[in-house]
Amino acid sequence: MAFNPRNRGPLRTLAALFVIVFGLYGFLGAVSTWGDAQRAPKLGLDLEGGTQLILQPKLVGNQTINEGQITKAVDIIRQRVNGSGISEAEVTTQGGSNIVVSLPGSPDKTTIASLQKSSQLRFRAVLVEGSAAPTPVPTSTSTPTGTPTSTATATAAATGKATATGKATAKATGTATPTAKSGYPPALAAATTPAPTGTATPGTAATANPTTAPAGKPQNASDPAWITPDVQAAYTALNCANPKDIEAIVDDPAKPMVTCSVDGRAKYILGPAEVLGSEVSNATSGQQQTQSGSTGIWEVRLDFNAAGTKAFGDVTSRLVVLPPPRNQFAIVLDNLVISAPVTQAALTAGNASITGSFTAASSKVLADQIKFGALPMSFTLQTREDISPTLGGDQLRRGLLAGLIGLILVVVYSLFQYRALGLVTVSSLVIAASLTYATVTLFGWSYGFRLTMAGVTGLIVSIGITADSFIIYFERVRDEVRDGRALRAAVESGWGRARRTILISDGVNFLAAIVLYVLAASNVRGFAFTLMLTTIIDIVVVMLFTHPLLSILANTKFFGEGHKWSGLDPERLGARTVTYAGRGRVTIAARRAAAEGNQS
Amino acid sequence: MSSFAHFGNDLYTGKRSFDIVGRQKTWYAVSLVLLVLACIGLFGRGLNVGLEFKGGSEFRVSSVTNLDNFESRGKTAVGTLDTGSDVVVTKIGADTVRIQTEKFENTLTDKVKSALASEFKVGENKITASTIGASWGASISQKAITALIWFLILVSLVLAAYFRTWKMSLAALIALAHDLVITVGIYALAGFEVTPASVIGFLTILGYSLYDTVVVFDKVRENTLLAAGSGRLSFSQAANQAVNQTLVRSINTSVVALLPVGSILFIGFFLLGPGTLLDLSLALFVGIAVGTYSSIFIATPVLADLREREPAMQQQKKHAERYQAGQARQAASAPDASGPDVQDGPDIQDRATVTAGTGTSATGRPLHPSVQTGPRNQPKRPPKSKR
Repeated sequence: MAFNPRNRGPLRTLAALFVIVFGLYGFLGAVSTWGDAQRAPKLGLDLEGGTQLILQPKLVGNQTINEGQITKAVDIIRQRVNGSGISEAEVTTQGGSNIVVSLPGSPDKTTIASLQKSSQLRFRAVLVEGSAAPTPVPTSTSTPTGTPTSTATATAAATGKATATGKATAKATGTATPTAKSGYPPALAAATTPAPTGTATPGTAATANPTTAPAGKPQNASDPAWITPDVQAAYTALNCANPKDIEAIVDDPAKPMVTCSVDGRAKYILGPAEVLGSEVSNATSGQQQTQSGSTGIWEVRLDFNAAGTKAFGDVTSRLVVLPPPRNQFAIVLDNLVISAPVTQAALTAGNASITGSFTAASSKVLADQIKFGALPMSFTLQTREDISPTLGGDQLRRGLLAGLIGLILVVVYSLFQYRALGLVTVSSLVIAASLTYATVTLFGWSYGFRLTMAGVTGLIVSIGITADSFIIYFERVRDEVRDGRALRAAVESGWGRARRTILISDGVNFLAAIVLYVLAASNVRGFAFTLMLTTIIDIVVVMLFTHPLLSILANTKFFGEGHKWSGLDPERLGARTVTYAGRGRVTIAARRAAAEGNQS
Repeated sequence: MSSFAHFGNDLYTGKRSFDIVGRQKTWYAVSLVLLVLACIGLFGRGLNVGLEFKGGSEFRVSSVTNLDNFESRGKTAVGTLDTGSDVVVTKIGADTVRIQTEKFENTLTDKVKSALASEFKVGENKITASTIGASWGASISQKAITALIWFLILVSLVLAAYFRTWKMSLAALIALAHDLVITVGIYALAGFEVTPASVIGFLTILGYSLYDTVVVFDKVRENTLLAAGSGRLSFSQAANQAVNQTLVRSINTSVVALLPVGSILFIGFFLLGPGTLLDLSLALFVGIAVGTYSSIFIATPVLADLREREPAMQQQKKHAERYQAGQARQAASAPDASGPDVQDGPDIQDRATVTAGTGTSATGRPLHPSVQTGPRNQPKRPPKSKR
C-alpha cells in the first residue's frame, strides 16, 4: 500500500505527526532522565493533598494597592513561607489583588498567622552588631572571632573591636551637594543589602555587659542600658543560619530586639523602634544627582512625612555623635535588618539618602522593600482549604475511572455507528490522548502547570468534543458518498467542507477557553487551560492524523469499494446515482440498478 | 443500526424530513414553557447557593467505617465545642461525612477537626477542612459575568465575520441565552447546589452551545447559498433541510459528548459525592442536552424568521413556491412518479432522463461531470492546502 503514489502526501503528513509525537516523548524522556521533570503530570493541590490559603490584602481607609505592591507582597509572602521551612510552596496572585498560597501538607497556626500579618518596617538604633554565628561565651579579651566577609580592611576602633568600614552611610540630601564622599570604600559591591557584614564583636558584648549592670532606666533608644542579661543571652544564642532561630525573633516596637541581617551575615541588638514604616512617605532609587549632574553613584532616597521627619531628625541628631556601631540605625523589615547605614549627619530636612556600594538593581530592591514596608499591608484569610491526600488521590482515581468508562462508551458507540471507521476514531483518540499526556506533563515541568480536578474534568469533557470532529468529518464524507461520489473523491471533498466546520467550531470553543482563562480565577483556569490545550490537539489530530489516515484507507479495497463493514457502504448510504469505483468498474452502478429494479 | 443509517440517508435526501423550521411556533411554545418554569425556579425558589457563596466552614471526614447515626454524631461532635452554629451533616458517597457550619476561625477549625476525628475514629489526616469567606464566591461570579460579557462580544464579532451576517450571531446568542436560563433554572428547580464549579460548568455550556449551533449553521449557510442560487427553495426550506441533514450528526455528537459527561456524573453521584467533578458534570450534562435541543429547534427557526423578513428572501420564497408548484403539477401528470417530492432537485426518474450536462444531486448541489462520465483520466493532485 505504501507504494501507492496516491498515498505519498498523506503518508508524509502522518510521518510529520509521528515525528511530533516521538519528539515530544523523546524530549519528555530526556528532561525527566537528565533534567528535573517528572514523567507524570504535576498534580494540583486538590489531588495531591495540602493546604490552599487565599489571602486578600486588608486596606485601611482610602489606601489603594497597585500591581507593583502586590508583586512585592507576593515576594514577601514567599520569603515568609520559605523562611518557615516549607518547601515547594507556591505563591501566586489571583485576579490582581488576591494572593494564593499553596502549601503541601498542613501548616500550623503560627505559619498561617505569620503569613497574614502586616509587613512591619521600623527604624531602630543599633546597639551591638556582630557576625552571624552564635557568639562563643564572651571572654575578657577582645579577639575578633568572625572574619570580615567584605574586602574592606578592618580597623580597630577605640572599643577594641574590629569593624569593617565598608558601611552604608546615610546623609542629608536636603542640600544637594554631598559631603565627605571620599570615605566610601567600595566594599559592598556584591551585597544585595548594604548592611555591614563581617564585623566580629564578641568584645562588644564584653564591654556592653558591665554597662547593663547599673541598670536604671535607659535614657534613650541608643542607651546600652537596654541590653539586659536576657537580651544578651538571646543575642549570644542567636544563629542566623538556623531558620528556627529566625522564626523565633520577636519584634516588639517598645523593646530592644535581637535579630539578623536579611542575608544572614550579621546579627544585631537594636534599640526600641523610633521611626515607623508608616512615617516613610516614599522610597526611590536612582543615581545621585549633584548640580554638575549625575555622579554615577546609586542611592536610595527616603522621604518622610511630618511625624517621620521629626522622629528621624531626632534619631540622626543623637546617633551622629555616637561611636560605632551605635552610630548606625537599622531598617528592620519583618524582623530582619535590611540595611544598617551609618549616620553621617543630623537629618532634619525630611529626606535622606542611603548610599553605599549599590548597583542599580540592589538599590531598587532596597527601595522596594522600604516602600512595601511603608504600606502596612496585612491580609485577611479569605479561604483556607485543607485537602487530605487520601481524599485527593481517591478523587483522581475515580475521576480517571470515569474518564475510562466514558472513553470506552465513546469507542463502543462509534464502532456501532461507524463500524470500521470507528477504529479510525479510536486510534485518533489514542493519538490525542498521548499528545495531551505529553503536553500536560511538559507544561507541568516548564510552567508549573498543575492538573487539578477541574482540569481532569476538562480533559474528560474534551473526549466528546474531540470525537465530534471525527463525527462531523465522517458525516460529511457519508454525505458525499450519498451524493454518489466515489469514496476517494468523497473523502477529499467531504474534508474540504468538514474542515471549515471543524475550524470555526473549534475556534469558538477556543475563544471560550481563552476568555475563561484570562478572566477567571485559579481553579477555573485549570479547566480553561485543558480545554484550550485539547482544542488545539483536536485540530492537530484531525489535520495530521484522521484525514491522512482516511485518505490512505480510501485507497484500500475494503474502504474504497465500500465494504459492508467499512461504514462507508454506498448502498447502505443510499447512493442513488451511477458511481464508478474507478478504472472502468461499475460495480455499484450494477447494485444500484438491481436495487432500483426491486423498488419499481 | 441498519435502520439508523437508513434514517440518516432519508434525512439527507429529503425522503424523510421533519418540518422543524416550519413548525417554529411549536418549539417556541415549548421553550417558552421551559423558560417560564426556569424563571419560576430562579425567582420563586431561588438558587441553592453553595458554601462558597454564603461563606462558612466545611469538614469532610473520609474513610469512616461506622456510619451509624452519623448525623447526630456529627452534630454532637461540633456541639461539644459550643459554637452555637447551625450544623448540617450529610453523607457523601460510601464512606464520607460532610459537615457544614458557619464560618469558624482557625483555632476553632482545628478543634472541630480533632473533635470529629475522635468522634468518627479516623486520623486527622482523613479530615478535610475548608473555610470560605462569603466574598470568595461573589468574586468568582463577578469574574464569571465579566468573562461572559467579553465572550459574548467576541463571539458575536467572530460569528458575524464568519457567516457574514449579524443575524446568525443574533440567532446563536438567543439560543445561548435560552440554554443558559434553562440550565440555571433546572438547577433552581431541582435544588442542586450552585458552587464555583457549577459556574465553570455554566460557562462551558456557552462554548458548547455555540459550538453545536455553529456546526448546524455552517450547513444552513451552505444550503441557503445554494438555494439562493437555484431559487428552488425558500430560505426556510433550505434551512430546514440543513437541520435535517445534520440531525444524525447532532444526535451522534450529543451522544458522544454526553457519554463521558454522563459517566463522570454517574461516578460522581455514586462514588465521589458533591465536589468539583459532580457539580461540573451536572451542569454540563444538562447544558449539553439543552444545547443540542436549542441548536436544532431554536437557533435555526429563529434565524429563518429573521431572514425571511428580508425582501430578497421574500422574493426567493415566491420564486421557490412557483417552482415547487410546477414540480408538483409535473409529478401529478406523471402517474408513476415517486410521489410528491417537495425537495428540490429532480427525483430519480427525472434524473435518469438527464444524461447530458450538469446533474444535480439529491440535495440540489451541482455534481461534478465526473459523476456522470466516470473518473477523470489524469488524477490531479489536490492543492497543498487540501491534502
